[in-house]
Amino acid sequence: MPVFYGEIVESPLLLGTSLYPSPAIMAEAVRASACDIVTVSLRRESGSARTGQDFWGFIRDLGVRVLPNTAGCHSVKEAVTTAKMAREVFGTPWIKLEVINDAETLAPDVFGLVEAARILTDEGFQVFPYCTEDLGVAARLIEAGCEVLMPWGAPIGSARGLNNVYGLRSLRAHFPDVPLIVDAGLGLPSHAAAAMELGYDAVLLNTAVAKASDPVAMADAFARAVEAGRIGFEAGAMEPRDMAAPSTPVLGKAFLE
Amino acid sequence: MKVSVIGGGVVGLCVATVLAERGLNVTLYERAEAPGPAACSWWAGGMLAPWCEGESAEEPVVRLGREAITWWSERVGGVVLNGSLVVATPRDAADLRRFARMTECHEAVDAERIAALEPDLEGRFRRGLFFAGEGHLDPRRALADLVARLQGLGAELRFGTEVSPQDAPGDKVIDCRGLGARDDLPELRGVKGEMLVLHAPDISLSRPVRLLHPRIPLYVVPRGEGVFMVGATMIESGERWRITARSMMELLGAAYTLNPAFAEAEILETGVDARPAFPDNLPRLLREGRILRANGTYRHGYLLAPALAQQAAALLLEPETEPEFFHGHNRQRRSA
Repeated sequence: MPVFYGEIVESPLLLGTSLYPSPAIMAEAVRASACDIVTVSLRRESGSARTGQDFWGFIRDLGVRVLPNTAGCHSVKEAVTTAKMAREVFGTPWIKLEVINDAETLAPDVFGLVEAARILTDEGFQVFPYCTEDLGVAARLIEAGCEVLMPWGAPIGSARGLNNVYGLRSLRAHFPDVPLIVDAGLGLPSHAAAAMELGYDAVLLNTAVAKASDPVAMADAFARAVEAGRIGFEAGAMEPRDMAAPSTPVLGKAFLE
Repeated sequence: MKVSVIGGGVVGLCVATVLAERGLNVTLYERAEAPGPAACSWWAGGMLAPWCEGESAEEPVVRLGREAITWWSERVGGVVLNGSLVVATPRDAADLRRFARMTECHEAVDAERIAALEPDLEGRFRRGLFFAGEGHLDPRRALADLVARLQGLGAELRFGTEVSPQDAPGDKVIDCRGLGARDDLPELRGVKGEMLVLHAPDISLSRPVRLLHPRIPLYVVPRGEGVFMVGATMIESGERWRITARSMMELLGAAYTLNPAFAEAEILETGVDARPAFPDNLPRLLREGRILRANGTYRHGYLLAPALAQQAAALLLEPETEPEFFHGHNRQRRSA
Protein backbone atom coordinates (compact mmCIF):
# COMPACT_ATOMS: atom_id res chain seq x y z
CA MET A 1 0.00 0.00 0.00
CA PRO A 2 1.29 3.47 -0.80
CA VAL A 3 2.74 5.53 2.04
CA PHE A 4 2.91 9.30 1.64
CA TYR A 5 4.73 11.24 4.37
CA GLY A 6 4.09 8.45 6.84
CA GLU A 7 0.40 8.12 5.99
CA ILE A 8 -0.67 4.73 4.68
CA VAL A 9 -3.41 4.88 2.07
CA GLU A 10 -5.45 2.01 0.75
CA SER A 11 -6.08 3.01 -2.85
CA PRO A 12 -3.38 3.84 -5.40
CA LEU A 13 -5.78 6.20 -7.15
CA LEU A 14 -5.88 9.95 -6.52
CA LEU A 15 -8.78 11.76 -8.13
CA GLY A 16 -9.19 15.44 -9.04
CA THR A 17 -12.45 17.26 -8.33
CA SER A 18 -12.68 19.73 -11.23
CA LEU A 19 -14.72 19.68 -14.43
CA TYR A 20 -17.55 17.34 -13.39
CA PRO A 21 -21.10 17.98 -14.65
CA SER A 22 -22.24 18.59 -11.06
CA PRO A 23 -20.97 18.25 -7.49
CA ALA A 24 -23.38 15.33 -7.05
CA ILE A 25 -21.77 13.43 -9.94
CA MET A 26 -18.33 14.33 -8.63
CA ALA A 27 -19.20 12.87 -5.23
CA GLU A 28 -20.56 9.71 -6.83
CA ALA A 29 -17.44 9.33 -8.97
CA VAL A 30 -15.23 9.71 -5.92
CA ARG A 31 -17.19 6.93 -4.21
CA ALA A 32 -17.03 4.70 -7.29
CA SER A 33 -13.27 5.23 -7.57
CA ALA A 34 -12.78 4.06 -3.96
CA CYS A 35 -9.98 6.62 -3.75
CA ASP A 36 -8.67 7.81 -0.40
CA ILE A 37 -7.27 11.11 -1.64
CA VAL A 38 -8.84 13.83 -3.77
CA THR A 39 -7.09 16.88 -5.13
CA VAL A 40 -8.72 20.27 -5.17
CA SER A 41 -7.64 23.47 -6.82
CA LEU A 42 -8.22 26.59 -4.80
CA ARG A 43 -7.59 29.20 -7.43
CA ARG A 44 -9.69 27.55 -10.09
CA GLU A 45 -12.70 26.97 -7.91
CA SER A 46 -12.98 30.14 -5.98
CA GLY A 47 -10.50 32.91 -6.56
CA SER A 48 -10.30 33.80 -2.90
CA ALA A 49 -10.32 32.04 0.42
CA ARG A 50 -13.62 33.48 1.59
CA THR A 51 -15.91 32.53 -1.24
CA GLY A 52 -15.51 28.86 -2.08
CA GLN A 53 -16.96 27.60 1.18
CA ASP A 54 -19.90 25.71 -0.31
CA PHE A 55 -17.78 23.72 -2.73
CA TRP A 56 -15.13 23.01 -0.11
CA GLY A 57 -17.91 21.82 2.16
CA PHE A 58 -18.75 19.21 -0.49
CA ILE A 59 -15.12 18.16 -0.63
CA ARG A 60 -14.86 17.84 3.14
CA ASP A 61 -18.11 15.87 3.24
CA LEU A 62 -16.63 13.24 0.91
CA GLY A 63 -14.81 11.85 3.92
CA VAL A 64 -11.53 11.39 2.06
CA ARG A 65 -8.17 13.00 2.54
CA VAL A 66 -7.67 16.27 0.63
CA LEU A 67 -4.53 17.09 -1.31
CA PRO A 68 -4.91 20.76 -2.24
CA ASN A 69 -3.00 21.89 -5.30
CA THR A 70 -1.49 25.04 -6.69
CA ALA A 71 -2.89 24.48 -10.19
CA GLY A 72 -2.41 27.34 -12.58
CA CYS A 73 0.44 29.01 -10.66
CA HIS A 74 3.17 30.36 -12.90
CA SER A 75 5.62 31.67 -10.32
CA VAL A 76 7.22 30.57 -7.08
CA LYS A 77 5.59 33.43 -5.20
CA GLU A 78 2.13 32.60 -6.51
CA ALA A 79 2.53 28.90 -5.68
CA VAL A 80 3.78 29.61 -2.15
CA THR A 81 0.89 32.02 -1.46
CA THR A 82 -1.67 29.53 -2.79
CA ALA A 83 -0.15 26.73 -0.70
CA LYS A 84 -0.51 28.83 2.44
CA MET A 85 -4.11 29.61 1.62
CA ALA A 86 -4.77 25.90 1.05
CA ARG A 87 -3.30 25.00 4.42
CA GLU A 88 -5.60 27.53 6.06
CA VAL A 89 -8.71 26.25 4.28
CA PHE A 90 -8.14 22.50 4.56
CA GLY A 91 -5.95 22.28 7.64
CA THR A 92 -3.44 19.94 6.01
CA PRO A 93 0.32 20.26 5.50
CA TRP A 94 -0.01 18.35 2.21
CA ILE A 95 0.30 20.34 -0.98
CA LYS A 96 0.48 19.28 -4.60
CA LEU A 97 2.94 21.77 -5.97
CA GLU A 98 2.50 22.95 -9.54
CA VAL A 99 4.67 25.68 -10.95
CA ILE A 100 3.84 25.96 -14.62
CA ASN A 101 6.43 27.07 -17.15
CA ASP A 102 4.67 26.88 -20.48
CA ALA A 103 1.05 27.82 -21.01
CA GLU A 104 0.66 25.59 -24.09
CA THR A 105 1.96 22.31 -22.68
CA LEU A 106 1.49 23.14 -18.98
CA ALA A 107 4.98 21.72 -18.54
CA PRO A 108 6.41 22.29 -15.08
CA ASP A 109 8.98 25.01 -14.47
CA VAL A 110 11.45 22.67 -12.78
CA PHE A 111 13.72 25.44 -11.49
CA GLY A 112 10.83 27.27 -9.84
CA LEU A 113 9.50 23.95 -8.61
CA VAL A 114 12.69 23.10 -6.72
CA GLU A 115 12.83 26.58 -5.22
CA ALA A 116 9.17 26.55 -4.15
CA ALA A 117 9.55 23.01 -2.74
CA ARG A 118 12.46 24.20 -0.59
CA ILE A 119 10.54 27.22 0.71
CA LEU A 120 7.43 25.20 1.50
CA THR A 121 9.32 22.34 3.13
CA ASP A 122 11.08 24.85 5.37
CA GLU A 123 7.66 26.16 6.37
CA GLY A 124 6.48 22.71 7.39
CA PHE A 125 4.62 21.67 4.25
CA GLN A 126 4.71 18.13 2.91
CA VAL A 127 5.18 18.69 -0.78
CA PHE A 128 3.95 16.53 -3.68
CA PRO A 129 5.72 18.12 -6.66
CA TYR A 130 4.29 17.83 -10.16
CA CYS A 131 7.50 17.27 -12.12
CA THR A 132 8.95 15.70 -15.24
CA GLU A 133 10.70 12.32 -15.34
CA ASP A 134 14.12 14.05 -15.36
CA LEU A 135 16.44 12.25 -12.93
CA GLY A 136 18.45 15.37 -12.03
CA VAL A 137 15.33 17.31 -11.17
CA ALA A 138 14.07 14.38 -9.12
CA ALA A 139 17.30 14.36 -7.12
CA ARG A 140 17.04 18.11 -6.50
CA LEU A 141 13.45 17.81 -5.34
CA ILE A 142 14.40 15.07 -2.89
CA GLU A 143 17.26 17.26 -1.64
CA ALA A 144 14.75 20.06 -1.17
CA GLY A 145 12.79 17.82 1.19
CA CYS A 146 10.20 16.14 -1.04
CA GLU A 147 9.38 12.60 0.06
CA VAL A 148 7.03 11.95 -2.87
CA LEU A 149 7.49 12.70 -6.57
CA MET A 150 4.78 13.13 -9.18
CA PRO A 151 6.17 12.90 -12.71
CA TRP A 152 3.80 13.57 -15.59
CA GLY A 153 2.63 10.81 -17.89
CA ALA A 154 1.82 13.34 -20.62
CA PRO A 155 0.74 17.01 -20.69
CA ILE A 156 -2.20 17.83 -18.41
CA GLY A 157 -5.57 17.02 -19.95
CA SER A 158 -4.03 15.43 -23.07
CA ALA A 159 -5.20 11.83 -22.49
CA ARG A 160 -2.06 10.52 -24.18
CA GLY A 161 -1.02 8.07 -21.48
CA LEU A 162 2.63 7.39 -20.70
CA ASN A 163 4.66 9.40 -23.23
CA ASN A 164 8.05 8.30 -21.99
CA VAL A 165 7.89 4.81 -20.59
CA TYR A 166 11.67 4.49 -20.64
CA GLY A 167 12.06 7.68 -18.57
CA LEU A 168 9.43 6.62 -16.05
CA ARG A 169 10.99 3.15 -15.71
CA SER A 170 14.39 4.72 -15.23
CA LEU A 171 13.03 7.08 -12.53
CA ARG A 172 11.49 4.11 -10.74
CA ALA A 173 14.80 2.22 -10.88
CA HIS A 174 16.83 5.21 -9.61
CA PHE A 175 14.56 5.96 -6.68
CA PRO A 176 13.24 2.58 -5.56
CA ASP A 177 12.30 3.84 -2.10
CA VAL A 178 10.63 7.15 -2.99
CA PRO A 179 6.85 6.97 -3.48
CA LEU A 180 6.17 7.84 -7.12
CA ILE A 181 2.82 8.96 -8.53
CA VAL A 182 2.15 9.36 -12.24
CA ASP A 183 0.30 12.65 -12.42
CA ALA A 184 -1.37 14.07 -15.51
CA GLY A 185 -1.99 12.98 -19.07
CA LEU A 186 -3.83 9.72 -18.45
CA GLY A 187 -6.91 9.11 -20.56
CA LEU A 188 -7.70 5.41 -20.31
CA PRO A 189 -7.85 2.85 -17.53
CA SER A 190 -5.13 0.92 -19.39
CA HIS A 191 -2.81 3.94 -19.05
CA ALA A 192 -3.27 3.79 -15.28
CA ALA A 193 -2.71 0.03 -15.28
CA ALA A 194 0.49 0.51 -17.30
CA ALA A 195 1.84 3.01 -14.74
CA MET A 196 1.11 0.61 -11.91
CA GLU A 197 2.75 -2.25 -13.85
CA LEU A 198 5.95 -0.15 -13.94
CA GLY A 199 5.95 -0.31 -10.16
CA TYR A 200 4.58 3.17 -9.55
CA ASP A 201 2.90 3.64 -6.20
CA ALA A 202 -0.13 5.51 -7.45
CA VAL A 203 -1.67 7.54 -10.26
CA LEU A 204 -3.44 10.89 -10.16
CA LEU A 205 -6.05 11.89 -12.72
CA ASN A 206 -9.04 14.15 -13.18
CA THR A 207 -10.20 14.92 -16.73
CA ALA A 208 -10.24 11.27 -17.83
CA VAL A 209 -13.02 10.65 -15.32
CA ALA A 210 -14.72 14.06 -15.19
CA LYS A 211 -15.08 14.38 -18.97
CA ALA A 212 -16.05 10.78 -19.68
CA SER A 213 -19.58 10.32 -20.98
CA ASP A 214 -20.32 8.49 -17.74
CA PRO A 215 -17.89 9.76 -15.08
CA VAL A 216 -19.09 7.35 -12.40
CA ALA A 217 -18.59 4.25 -14.57
CA MET A 218 -15.18 5.55 -15.67
CA ALA A 219 -14.15 6.09 -12.04
CA ASP A 220 -15.02 2.47 -11.36
CA ALA A 221 -13.01 1.38 -14.42
CA PHE A 222 -9.93 3.26 -13.19
CA ALA A 223 -10.32 1.73 -9.71
CA ARG A 224 -10.19 -1.75 -11.25
CA ALA A 225 -7.33 -0.82 -13.58
CA VAL A 226 -5.02 0.42 -10.81
CA GLU A 227 -5.83 -2.66 -8.79
CA ALA A 228 -5.05 -4.94 -11.74
CA GLY A 229 -1.85 -3.03 -12.49
CA ARG A 230 -0.66 -3.22 -8.91
CA ILE A 231 -1.37 -6.92 -8.57
CA GLY A 232 0.26 -7.49 -11.97
CA PHE A 233 3.41 -5.71 -10.82
CA GLU A 234 3.52 -7.58 -7.52
CA ALA A 235 2.91 -10.90 -9.28
CA GLY A 236 6.08 -10.41 -11.35
CA ALA A 237 5.52 -10.27 -15.08
CA MET A 238 7.04 -12.66 -17.58
CA GLU A 239 9.92 -11.35 -19.67
CA PRO A 240 9.17 -10.43 -23.27
CA ARG A 241 11.06 -12.40 -25.92
CA ASP A 242 11.40 -12.32 -29.68
CA MET A 243 10.33 -15.84 -30.60
CA ALA A 244 7.16 -17.75 -29.90
CA ALA A 245 7.32 -20.08 -26.89
CA PRO A 246 4.49 -22.58 -26.93
CA SER A 247 2.85 -23.23 -23.62
CA THR A 248 2.41 -26.90 -24.48
CA PRO A 249 5.06 -29.07 -26.11
CA VAL A 250 4.69 -29.45 -29.90
CA LEU A 251 7.30 -32.15 -30.29
CA GLY A 252 5.98 -35.66 -29.92
CA LYS A 253 2.41 -34.63 -29.18
CA ALA A 254 -0.31 -37.17 -29.69
CA PHE A 255 -1.62 -37.31 -33.26
CA LEU A 256 -5.36 -37.34 -33.43
CA GLU A 257 -7.19 -38.49 -36.54
CA MET B 1 -56.90 30.96 -4.02
CA LYS B 2 -54.64 33.92 -3.21
CA VAL B 3 -50.99 33.28 -3.93
CA SER B 4 -47.93 35.34 -3.09
CA VAL B 5 -44.89 34.89 -5.29
CA ILE B 6 -41.67 36.19 -3.82
CA GLY B 7 -38.85 37.12 -6.17
CA GLY B 8 -38.93 38.96 -9.49
CA GLY B 9 -36.24 37.04 -11.35
CA VAL B 10 -36.99 34.68 -14.19
CA VAL B 11 -38.37 31.96 -11.89
CA GLY B 12 -40.68 34.29 -9.93
CA LEU B 13 -41.98 35.94 -13.10
CA CYS B 14 -42.58 32.60 -14.83
CA VAL B 15 -44.34 31.19 -11.76
CA ALA B 16 -46.54 34.29 -11.47
CA THR B 17 -47.31 34.15 -15.20
CA VAL B 18 -48.31 30.49 -15.19
CA LEU B 19 -50.49 30.97 -12.09
CA ALA B 20 -52.14 34.14 -13.43
CA GLU B 21 -52.80 32.42 -16.76
CA ARG B 22 -54.60 29.70 -14.81
CA GLY B 23 -56.82 32.32 -13.22
CA LEU B 24 -55.30 32.51 -9.75
CA ASN B 25 -55.15 35.70 -7.73
CA VAL B 26 -51.42 36.41 -7.79
CA THR B 27 -49.32 39.05 -6.01
CA LEU B 28 -45.63 39.23 -6.83
CA TYR B 29 -43.17 40.77 -4.38
CA GLU B 30 -39.72 41.89 -5.46
CA ARG B 31 -37.43 44.00 -3.33
CA ALA B 32 -35.88 45.79 -6.32
CA GLU B 33 -37.77 48.59 -8.04
CA ALA B 34 -38.01 46.67 -11.33
CA PRO B 35 -36.50 43.56 -12.92
CA GLY B 36 -32.84 44.46 -12.81
CA PRO B 37 -29.25 43.65 -11.89
CA ALA B 38 -30.14 42.17 -8.49
CA ALA B 39 -31.45 39.03 -10.21
CA CYS B 40 -28.99 36.72 -11.91
CA SER B 41 -31.44 36.26 -14.78
CA TRP B 42 -30.68 39.90 -15.68
CA TRP B 43 -27.14 38.79 -16.55
CA ALA B 44 -28.09 35.64 -18.44
CA GLY B 45 -27.03 34.84 -21.98
CA GLY B 46 -30.60 34.13 -23.01
CA MET B 47 -29.62 31.17 -25.13
CA LEU B 48 -32.47 28.76 -25.72
CA ALA B 49 -30.03 25.95 -26.39
CA PRO B 50 -31.26 22.76 -24.75
CA TRP B 51 -29.33 20.41 -27.04
CA CYS B 52 -26.04 22.24 -26.54
CA GLU B 53 -26.56 22.24 -22.80
CA GLY B 54 -26.96 18.47 -23.02
CA GLU B 55 -23.17 18.34 -23.31
CA SER B 56 -22.94 18.53 -19.53
CA ALA B 57 -26.51 18.86 -18.25
CA GLU B 58 -28.88 16.11 -17.18
CA GLU B 59 -31.61 14.82 -19.47
CA PRO B 60 -34.49 16.98 -18.07
CA VAL B 61 -32.66 20.12 -19.19
CA VAL B 62 -32.75 18.93 -22.80
CA ARG B 63 -36.34 17.68 -22.73
CA LEU B 64 -37.91 20.54 -20.79
CA GLY B 65 -35.65 23.14 -22.37
CA ARG B 66 -37.05 22.19 -25.77
CA GLU B 67 -40.55 22.99 -24.53
CA ALA B 68 -39.27 26.30 -23.14
CA ILE B 69 -38.48 27.53 -26.65
CA THR B 70 -42.20 27.39 -27.51
CA TRP B 71 -43.22 28.80 -24.14
CA TRP B 72 -41.09 31.91 -24.57
CA SER B 73 -41.96 32.36 -28.25
CA GLU B 74 -45.63 32.55 -27.36
CA ARG B 75 -45.21 35.10 -24.57
CA VAL B 76 -42.39 37.57 -25.12
CA GLY B 77 -40.95 39.54 -28.00
CA GLY B 78 -37.51 39.21 -29.47
CA VAL B 79 -37.23 35.42 -29.51
CA VAL B 80 -35.00 34.53 -32.45
CA LEU B 81 -35.03 30.99 -33.81
CA ASN B 82 -31.89 30.90 -35.92
CA GLY B 83 -30.24 27.96 -34.23
CA SER B 84 -26.84 28.11 -32.63
CA LEU B 85 -23.33 27.42 -33.81
CA VAL B 86 -20.53 25.65 -31.95
CA VAL B 87 -16.94 26.07 -33.10
CA ALA B 88 -13.50 25.18 -31.82
CA THR B 89 -9.96 26.12 -32.74
CA PRO B 90 -7.91 23.31 -34.33
CA ARG B 91 -6.06 22.69 -31.05
CA ASP B 92 -9.38 21.95 -29.36
CA ALA B 93 -10.67 19.62 -32.10
CA ALA B 94 -10.96 16.84 -29.51
CA ASP B 95 -13.39 18.99 -27.51
CA LEU B 96 -15.55 19.40 -30.61
CA ARG B 97 -15.63 15.63 -31.14
CA ARG B 98 -16.62 15.16 -27.52
CA PHE B 99 -19.32 17.84 -27.81
CA ALA B 100 -20.76 16.07 -30.86
CA ARG B 101 -20.74 12.76 -29.01
CA MET B 102 -22.52 14.18 -25.97
CA THR B 103 -25.27 16.10 -27.81
CA GLU B 104 -28.08 15.48 -30.30
CA CYS B 105 -29.85 17.26 -33.14
CA HIS B 106 -26.81 18.87 -34.68
CA GLU B 107 -25.29 18.99 -38.11
CA ALA B 108 -21.53 18.91 -38.70
CA VAL B 109 -20.55 22.01 -40.63
CA ASP B 110 -17.40 22.85 -42.60
CA ALA B 111 -15.72 26.17 -43.32
CA GLU B 112 -17.97 26.88 -46.27
CA ARG B 113 -21.17 26.22 -44.36
CA ILE B 114 -19.94 28.24 -41.36
CA ALA B 115 -19.24 31.17 -43.69
CA ALA B 116 -22.71 30.81 -45.21
CA LEU B 117 -24.34 30.84 -41.77
CA GLU B 118 -22.18 33.57 -40.29
CA PRO B 119 -20.33 35.60 -42.93
CA ASP B 120 -18.32 37.38 -40.22
CA LEU B 121 -16.76 34.07 -39.18
CA GLU B 122 -15.55 33.32 -42.70
CA GLY B 123 -12.11 31.72 -42.74
CA ARG B 124 -11.92 31.51 -38.95
CA PHE B 125 -13.01 27.91 -38.34
CA ARG B 126 -12.90 24.76 -40.42
CA ARG B 127 -15.24 22.64 -38.35
CA GLY B 128 -18.25 23.19 -36.19
CA LEU B 129 -21.69 21.99 -35.21
CA PHE B 130 -24.94 23.68 -36.13
CA PHE B 131 -27.97 23.19 -33.86
CA ALA B 132 -30.79 24.32 -36.14
CA GLY B 133 -33.60 23.93 -33.61
CA GLU B 134 -32.21 26.30 -31.01
CA GLY B 135 -32.86 29.96 -30.43
CA HIS B 136 -32.10 32.92 -28.21
CA LEU B 137 -33.82 35.82 -26.55
CA ASP B 138 -32.86 39.07 -24.87
CA PRO B 139 -33.30 38.33 -21.16
CA ARG B 140 -33.97 41.91 -20.16
CA ARG B 141 -36.68 42.31 -22.75
CA ALA B 142 -38.15 38.92 -21.81
CA LEU B 143 -38.38 39.90 -18.12
CA ALA B 144 -39.97 43.25 -19.00
CA ASP B 145 -42.45 41.57 -21.36
CA LEU B 146 -43.47 39.11 -18.63
CA VAL B 147 -44.08 42.04 -16.27
CA ALA B 148 -46.33 43.69 -18.89
CA ARG B 149 -48.12 40.41 -19.50
CA LEU B 150 -48.73 39.94 -15.78
CA GLN B 151 -50.18 43.43 -15.58
CA GLY B 152 -52.47 42.54 -18.47
CA LEU B 153 -53.58 39.41 -16.65
CA GLY B 154 -54.52 41.47 -13.61
CA ALA B 155 -51.78 40.23 -11.30
CA GLU B 156 -50.62 42.59 -8.59
CA LEU B 157 -46.93 43.53 -8.86
CA ARG B 158 -45.28 44.94 -5.78
CA PHE B 159 -41.80 45.99 -6.79
CA GLY B 160 -39.69 47.68 -4.16
CA THR B 161 -41.29 45.53 -1.46
CA GLU B 162 -39.38 43.05 0.63
CA VAL B 163 -41.47 40.33 2.26
CA SER B 164 -40.30 37.12 3.86
CA PRO B 165 -42.09 33.90 2.85
CA GLN B 166 -43.24 33.45 6.46
CA ASP B 167 -44.87 36.87 6.59
CA ALA B 168 -46.28 36.99 3.08
CA PRO B 169 -50.07 37.12 2.87
CA GLY B 170 -52.18 34.66 0.89
CA ASP B 171 -53.22 31.02 1.09
CA LYS B 172 -50.03 29.90 -0.54
CA VAL B 173 -46.57 31.40 -0.89
CA ILE B 174 -44.11 30.49 -3.60
CA ASP B 175 -40.57 31.38 -2.68
CA CYS B 176 -38.58 32.14 -5.84
CA ARG B 177 -35.79 34.18 -4.30
CA GLY B 178 -32.91 32.21 -5.80
CA LEU B 179 -29.78 32.63 -3.68
CA GLY B 180 -31.76 35.01 -1.47
CA ALA B 181 -33.37 31.88 -0.01
CA ARG B 182 -30.04 30.37 0.87
CA ASP B 183 -30.54 30.51 4.64
CA ASP B 184 -33.70 28.41 4.23
CA LEU B 185 -32.19 25.89 1.80
CA PRO B 186 -29.05 24.34 3.25
CA GLU B 187 -28.11 22.49 0.06
CA LEU B 188 -28.29 25.55 -2.17
CA ARG B 189 -24.97 26.98 -3.35
CA GLY B 190 -23.88 29.78 -5.65
CA VAL B 191 -21.98 29.23 -8.89
CA LYS B 192 -20.35 32.45 -9.92
CA GLY B 193 -20.69 33.70 -13.47
CA GLU B 194 -19.10 36.71 -15.09
CA MET B 195 -20.12 38.32 -18.39
CA LEU B 196 -19.48 41.29 -20.61
CA VAL B 197 -21.63 43.37 -22.90
CA LEU B 198 -19.71 44.65 -25.91
CA HIS B 199 -20.59 47.10 -28.64
CA ALA B 200 -18.94 46.09 -31.91
CA PRO B 201 -20.90 47.71 -34.75
CA ASP B 202 -18.60 46.25 -37.42
CA ILE B 203 -19.50 42.68 -36.53
CA SER B 204 -22.74 40.97 -37.23
CA LEU B 205 -23.86 37.55 -36.02
CA SER B 206 -27.29 35.98 -36.53
CA ARG B 207 -27.16 33.48 -33.71
CA PRO B 208 -25.27 32.58 -30.53
CA VAL B 209 -21.83 31.16 -31.18
CA ARG B 210 -20.12 28.91 -28.66
CA LEU B 211 -16.39 28.58 -28.62
CA LEU B 212 -15.29 25.32 -27.04
CA HIS B 213 -12.71 25.65 -24.38
CA PRO B 214 -11.28 22.82 -22.29
CA ARG B 215 -12.78 24.20 -19.10
CA ILE B 216 -15.79 26.44 -19.67
CA PRO B 217 -18.13 26.98 -22.60
CA LEU B 218 -17.71 30.55 -23.72
CA TYR B 219 -20.31 32.10 -25.96
CA VAL B 220 -21.18 35.28 -27.77
CA VAL B 221 -24.87 36.13 -28.13
CA PRO B 222 -25.98 38.87 -30.53
CA ARG B 223 -28.34 41.36 -28.92
CA GLY B 224 -28.91 43.40 -32.06
CA GLU B 225 -27.60 46.80 -33.16
CA GLY B 226 -23.98 45.76 -32.76
CA VAL B 227 -24.38 44.74 -29.13
CA PHE B 228 -23.09 41.36 -27.96
CA MET B 229 -23.20 39.53 -24.69
CA VAL B 230 -20.10 37.46 -23.92
CA GLY B 231 -20.38 34.86 -21.19
CA ALA B 232 -19.95 33.17 -18.99
CA THR B 233 -17.54 31.87 -16.43
CA MET B 234 -18.46 29.02 -14.09
CA ILE B 235 -16.75 29.23 -10.74
CA GLU B 236 -17.67 27.30 -7.61
CA SER B 237 -18.12 30.35 -5.45
CA GLY B 238 -21.03 32.33 -4.07
CA GLU B 239 -19.19 35.59 -4.70
CA ARG B 240 -21.28 38.02 -6.72
CA TRP B 241 -19.53 41.32 -6.60
CA ARG B 242 -16.39 41.42 -8.75
CA ILE B 243 -15.12 40.32 -12.12
CA THR B 244 -11.49 39.21 -12.09
CA ALA B 245 -8.87 40.12 -14.64
CA ARG B 246 -8.46 36.41 -15.43
CA SER B 247 -12.15 36.02 -16.26
CA MET B 248 -12.22 39.22 -18.29
CA MET B 249 -9.23 37.95 -20.30
CA GLU B 250 -10.88 34.60 -20.92
CA LEU B 251 -14.12 36.21 -22.08
CA LEU B 252 -12.38 38.76 -24.28
CA GLY B 253 -10.07 36.04 -25.57
CA ALA B 254 -13.09 34.05 -26.72
CA ALA B 255 -14.61 37.03 -28.49
CA TYR B 256 -11.28 37.88 -30.09
CA THR B 257 -10.84 34.30 -31.29
CA LEU B 258 -14.23 34.40 -32.99
CA ASN B 259 -13.41 37.61 -34.78
CA PRO B 260 -10.35 39.80 -34.10
CA ALA B 261 -12.49 42.87 -34.82
CA PHE B 262 -13.89 42.38 -31.29
CA ALA B 263 -10.60 43.92 -30.12
CA GLU B 264 -12.03 47.28 -31.18
CA ALA B 265 -15.30 46.75 -29.31
CA GLU B 266 -16.43 49.13 -26.61
CA ILE B 267 -17.02 47.42 -23.27
CA LEU B 268 -20.50 48.59 -22.31
CA GLU B 269 -21.01 46.52 -19.18
CA THR B 270 -19.43 43.92 -17.00
CA GLY B 271 -21.71 41.70 -14.98
CA VAL B 272 -21.26 39.28 -12.10
CA ASP B 273 -23.68 37.15 -10.21
CA ALA B 274 -24.03 33.70 -8.69
CA ARG B 275 -26.50 31.15 -9.99
CA PRO B 276 -28.48 29.20 -7.39
CA ALA B 277 -27.80 25.47 -7.67
CA PHE B 278 -28.43 22.25 -5.79
CA PRO B 279 -25.75 19.51 -5.75
CA ASP B 280 -27.14 17.78 -8.87
CA ASN B 281 -27.48 21.13 -10.67
CA LEU B 282 -31.21 20.46 -11.23
CA PRO B 283 -34.04 22.61 -9.82
CA ARG B 284 -36.22 21.55 -6.92
CA LEU B 285 -39.67 22.23 -5.52
CA LEU B 286 -39.78 21.86 -1.77
CA ARG B 287 -42.85 22.13 0.43
CA GLU B 288 -42.78 23.68 3.87
CA GLY B 289 -46.31 24.21 5.19
CA ARG B 290 -48.03 26.78 2.98
CA ILE B 291 -44.68 27.76 1.47
CA LEU B 292 -43.47 26.15 -1.72
CA ARG B 293 -39.86 26.82 -2.60
CA ALA B 294 -38.93 26.84 -6.28
CA ASN B 295 -35.20 27.16 -6.74
CA GLY B 296 -31.93 25.87 -8.17
CA THR B 297 -32.26 26.53 -11.90
CA TYR B 298 -28.45 26.93 -12.04
CA ARG B 299 -27.31 28.10 -15.50
CA HIS B 300 -30.63 27.06 -17.01
CA GLY B 301 -33.01 29.75 -15.76
CA TYR B 302 -34.65 30.49 -19.11
CA LEU B 303 -34.67 26.84 -20.13
CA LEU B 304 -36.17 25.46 -16.94
CA ALA B 305 -38.21 28.25 -15.32
CA PRO B 306 -41.32 27.60 -17.50
CA ALA B 307 -41.35 23.89 -16.58
CA LEU B 308 -40.59 24.64 -12.94
CA ALA B 309 -43.48 27.14 -12.91
CA GLN B 310 -45.88 24.64 -14.46
CA GLN B 311 -44.87 22.02 -11.92
CA ALA B 312 -45.28 24.52 -9.07
CA ALA B 313 -48.78 25.31 -10.36
CA ALA B 314 -49.59 21.61 -10.51
CA LEU B 315 -48.51 21.16 -6.90
CA LEU B 316 -50.68 24.09 -5.84
CA LEU B 317 -53.79 23.07 -7.72
CA GLU B 318 -53.56 19.30 -7.37
CA PRO B 319 -51.67 18.72 -4.10
CA GLU B 320 -51.59 14.94 -4.65
CA THR B 321 -49.45 15.15 -7.78
CA GLU B 322 -45.73 14.58 -7.62
CA PRO B 323 -44.14 16.52 -10.44
CA GLU B 324 -40.63 15.74 -11.58
CA PHE B 325 -38.82 18.47 -9.64
CA PHE B 326 -40.83 17.95 -6.44
CA HIS B 327 -38.34 17.04 -3.78
CA GLY B 328 -40.70 16.47 -0.88
CA HIS B 329 -40.55 18.45 2.26
CA ASN B 330 -37.72 20.80 3.02
CA ARG B 331 -35.15 19.34 5.37
CA GLN B 332 -34.49 20.91 8.71
CA ARG B 333 -32.05 23.73 8.52
CA ARG B 334 -28.46 22.97 9.25
CA SER B 335 -27.83 23.82 12.88
CA ALA B 336 -25.48 26.73 13.35
